[in-house]
Amino acid sequence: MSEAVIAVALVWVAVSGTAVVLTRDPLRQAFVAGFFGLGLALLYLSLQAGDVALSQIVVGAIALPLIVLLSLAKVRKDRE
Amino acid sequence: MSRRARLAFFTVAAAALAVTLGVGLGGLPSFGSQISAYARMLNGLAQSQRHVTDVVSAISFDYRGIDTLFEEFILLSAVAGISVLLRPLSDETRELPADKAPDRSIPPPSPAVWLLAVFLSSLLVLIGIETVTHGQLTPGGGFQGGVILASAIYVVYLGTNYVTVERFQPAPLLEASDGVGASGYVFIGLLGLLVGASFLSNVVGLGVAGNLISGGTIPLLNLVVGVEVAAGFAILASEFLDQTAVIRTRRR
Repeated sequence: MSEAVIAVALVWVAVSGTAVVLTRDPLRQAFVAGFFGLGLALLYLSLQAGDVALSQIVVGAIALPLIVLLSLAKVRKDRE
Repeated sequence: MSRRARLAFFTVAAAALAVTLGVGLGGLPSFGSQISAYARMLNGLAQSQRHVTDVVSAISFDYRGIDTLFEEFILLSAVAGISVLLRPLSDETRELPADKAPDRSIPPPSPAVWLLAVFLSSLLVLIGIETVTHGQLTPGGGFQGGVILASAIYVVYLGTNYVTVERFQPAPLLEASDGVGASGYVFIGLLGLLVGASFLSNVVGLGVAGNLISGGTIPLLNLVVGVEVAAGFAILASEFLDQTAVIRTRRR
């Protein structure tokens, strides 16, 4: 059972990590990176690292996309 | 430096990195192998020595407390660096969004978004406090709980507007909390010196393992880290938000 969860998490991380690299638009990339972060969190959780998983969720799915989004908004406003 | 010299420099550096990384990775325990002797020892000792049920907290805030002290100061200096970088420059001014078109009010968010923000922000505050205070019992602690607390402010911004969210996070309060949180860690560490033990030794009464108040200095350190991280991430978000919402290039 736990092997299945680990396998799902590993595949999710591999697929979403590749998707982050292949996404060229920075706005979409921020969202894809958020899903990549959630995948990593699931992987850490399935490997029984609950503390690391929590840190990964708060940084990867909240802080990083937020800062990328706000920076993008600034860059776009300056271009207008 | 010429292109050829740069390439040569890169090749040497990359080869050195590949060799050291390869040797390092080769020495790692294999995937899913048995846990190390050190981890086994701590798993057996942490609960009886420190009266905590989350061994990871005992490691980060007690056995390896000095590492966490430096990690906390990494965040503090990162936040200070961002604040310096994102200050209004000489060719920029601060204008509130409302100043641009005084006759037009900022459109309010839809009631559904507002309701969701009210619900989510109160829930996030609760979960944040829960995560900070239960660090010694369950996975979590000051760092994770602090970011959750700060994210409550992001949600307030989502459901309202810039002027409202600024009322929730006065800059002097955030900066003071950031500093108090960071220095609080050092002061709790100094408690050890005060009673004649070493820096950051766990000198407060340990309590009963499994109770909310247990683990001696571990929950106290979690608390100050929580304050520091919550304020630090709120400052980060507020600096970036300022850049987006009120700092504009001065028109010539």
